[in-house]
Amino acid sequence: MSTNAAHETAQFMPHTGLQRLIDVLCVRGYNVVAPKLSQGAVVYEPTTSAATIPFGWIEAQEPGKYRLIEDGEAGYFGYTVGPHSWKQFLFPPRAVVSTSVRTEDGWNVSPPADDGVSYAFLGVRACEIAAIEVQDRVFLQQAYVDPIYAARRERVFIVAVNCTRAASTCFCNSMRTGPRCQRGFDLALTELPDGFVLEAGSDRGREIARQLPLQMIADAQLVTAEQLRQRAVDQQTRSLPVDGLHDLMLRQLQHPRWNEVAERCLSCTNCTQVCPTCFCSSVQEVTDLDAAHVDRVRTWDSCFNFDFSYMNGGVVRNTIRSRYRQWLTHKLGTWFDQFDTCGCVGCGRCITWCPVGIDLTEEVAALRSESTP
Amino acid sequence: MSTLIPPSQSPWLAHRATVKEITPEYYGVNTYHLRIEPLPDQRTYDVAPGQFNMLYLPGVGEAAISVSGRNHDDDTWSHTVRTAGGVTRTLEQLGQGAPLAVRGPFGRGWPMEAAVGRDLVFVAGGIGLAPLRPAVAWALAHRSQFGRITLIYGARLPGALLYAREYDAWQQQGLQLQSTVDRAESGWLGNVGVVTLLVDRLRPLNPQQTTLFACGPEIMMRFVANSALARGIPAERLWLSLERNMQCAAGFCGHCQLGPAFVCRDGPVMRHDYIAPYLEVEAL
Amino acid sequence: MSGPRPRLAVFKFASCDGCQLSLLDCEDELLALGERLDIVHFLEATSRVSDGPYDIALVEGSITTPDDLTRIQEVRRASKFLVTIGACATAGGIQALRNFADHASFLAAVYASPQYIHSLATSTAIADHVRVDFELRGCPINKTQLLEVIRALLGDRRPTTPSHSVCLDCKRRGTVCIIVAHGAPCLGPVTQSGCGAICPAYDRGCYGCFGPCVQPNLASLSAQQIRNGASIAEAVQGLRLFNVNAPEFRQESDRLANLAADLPAPEPRQRP
Repeated sequence: MSTNAAHETAQFMPHTGLQRLIDVLCVRGYNVVAPKLSQGAVVYEPTTSAATIPFGWIEAQEPGKYRLIEDGEAGYFGYTVGPHSWKQFLFPPRAVVSTSVRTEDGWNVSPPADDGVSYAFLGVRACEIAAIEVQDRVFLQQAYVDPIYAARRERVFIVAVNCTRAASTCFCNSMRTGPRCQRGFDLALTELPDGFVLEAGSDRGREIARQLPLQMIADAQLVTAEQLRQRAVDQQTRSLPVDGLHDLMLRQLQHPRWNEVAERCLSCTNCTQVCPTCFCSSVQEVTDLDAAHVDRVRTWDSCFNFDFSYMNGGVVRNTIRSRYRQWLTHKLGTWFDQFDTCGCVGCGRCITWCPVGIDLTEEVAALRSESTP
Repeated sequence: MSTLIPPSQSPWLAHRATVKEITPEYYGVNTYHLRIEPLPDQRTYDVAPGQFNMLYLPGVGEAAISVSGRNHDDDTWSHTVRTAGGVTRTLEQLGQGAPLAVRGPFGRGWPMEAAVGRDLVFVAGGIGLAPLRPAVAWALAHRSQFGRITLIYGARLPGALLYAREYDAWQQQGLQLQSTVDRAESGWLGNVGVVTLLVDRLRPLNPQQTTLFACGPEIMMRFVANSALARGIPAERLWLSLERNMQCAAGFCGHCQLGPAFVCRDGPVMRHDYIAPYLEVEAL
Repeated sequence: MSGPRPRLAVFKFASCDGCQLSLLDCEDELLALGERLDIVHFLEATSRVSDGPYDIALVEGSITTPDDLTRIQEVRRASKFLVTIGACATAGGIQALRNFADHASFLAAVYASPQYIHSLATSTAIADHVRVDFELRGCPINKTQLLEVIRALLGDRRPTTPSHSVCLDCKRRGTVCIIVAHGAPCLGPVTQSGCGAICPAYDRGCYGCFGPCVQPNLASLSAQQIRNGASIAEAVQGLRLFNVNAPEFRQESDRLANLAADLPAPEPRQRP
């Protein structure tokens, strides 16, 4: 096999190869996380079996609504993205950042022991790879490195899946983040009716691929794969034009639309929590009653929380209007200033999982109009 | 000048520290002189003027406090703190000898070296003098490299003027001090009114040759900046030290954002023309 | 700790005692607590009681009788730091449903001789009658939050309890949103955190046990609930529970009830 990564040959893996892939990853010591049906949605949970991957399911998504649908044509990966994202494994919702013990000489503050877990993510979509790359910029590529994220990220093995369908809430095509996985994976799959087109994207990926039951691929299979991937492009109905987005957001800080959206927004934090790039957090002290042993626990937080901007006896963003504006202008505007990339990857989770169905693409369209909508 | 912790270092690691001495400054304001032990992989502990530390009381929480001075005689770093919340209240109660932990230093401080060769105007309001004190010390330690050095300082009452014990020494070293209070008390013969008036009246002033550093309540800094601009000081030589909810201090937690800035990481000292547009927007 | 231990008292008004039980539920921490505090008045645990003054008073229950009105004043006078615990004490409890009904007809319907019953026409929060130093929400309260309050008071600092919505807790524990995935009614987006988001994890909507969160957008949530198939009457019922008398919940349930009253025909009672 050629080791030239620039022109990797795709190969065919029958459906049965999926279990073999999981087994190989498990043997290598990976904790495999894959899609699973739970609570009426496709979520990401650890598994050792291909049988827990939702075979024959798709979903219907619209603002504020998500419903699973059985579909005989769907295969293993017919659905798109659900309420979970891979961020919960790389940037866990709860993590100890330091532990303090009171001694005779004062406080000994020590970092947490690395749990040593290596994750293999199975079923990562193009928009999700883009999201991981965005969080890499936040946690790894600024002045400071977050040790928790860094340790987990360094070890992760990514099996990407090219989408062959799009939900009504998807708009990765307009964000140029998908639906085709271009980079950032170890292996990538495109599902065909009887198996997968498999490509390796890294040396680690090639090494794992060698242990899989692969066959030479037929031209017709490549054509079918391309057609299926194109379907995921063609099905996208929403769009968010990236051009000029940064300047638009900063120009429209006083637009009346913020008042209008504040009437609907619950400020409940759901959009920020399902967002695969949102990174806000808070740290709490967790102590025993005598406070001799103290853990500092970092938990997911949100700019939608009232006291998130608390300082010096007051709250800066003390209205829903100002908090929604902060979220959207950060995500689509100042994110570029901070991390040289957009904070949105077009996955559509914030649209679907907003309990009242606020659609950011619609909000941006309204902000583009200079006058009151 | 903008000293940052080397990227390899976790921002969550904390130095061990002890309160060596407490200087009461004013009602509810104390200066804590902390002995800070360098982290194991650090040879020295150093702070640039205008940077801040996270003072950590395990079990209670953290407070972002700017470093207000260096005392070589007892090897301590000063932190002037107004007692306001849980952490600062507990700190006050713990008193001398108390053990605590310190994360930092964090953020970008005053651009001292870039200001070399110019006239320096410091404008402070209330406890806003604390982050400027190391800059004053730095400038006076390099006195020959600056033109005129002026400190315009306002406080609510004469008794609330911080570090009054040091004014004589500052003035002997070539700093011109102009102070003002909101409300005079008996015996006060100085100015009464806002600091902006003193900026408006500052004579002599060579605006093209001047760098201005301001720290105080946000509203004060906005008015000071307007006065300074009106006097012809260029926006790119106007620097403000801002306050927001700093939690992680490393640009990860999102709390301290103001427009494009993480105040903890891109500030607390920021250039006026960069941050001013965002200060004008309410509840940003 | 030097000096006498702070004296803690627990008082009960109209309530089910569940919140007081949270203190006994502190099992492991209770012994350590006993070393730091002198629990001098706690009828749920011991019949041995002592008079005030008290450093910390935990007050459970709502004000529902003329006697309550005078007794809460006495408790306030005897207590340095008064903490109300639970939905009854902080909002009037489920018994505040009487505030929306005819009290006299209730008495007549339930009691053979209503003239012996001395109760007020309303059930109200403790803070409606005396100054309260800290309110601990919940039906019942959360034991970890109770310990935080006690720990904070022992350390002479203000307790910190989260003010965010239940949604954040659902997300932190990986619970799928039941409004979005099932169209189920859920008060999570407008309810203050505290329980750890238990109900949605078991496919039930949030009942609002911890009362309204800060700046709850109730009108928007009601509208969505109705779009998802609930009747106005059901939306009203959802709000009229343990925190029915919390101002934001009361106002929204009243607004919806008036809306329903203005409709030409009664709302069909259909399940979502």
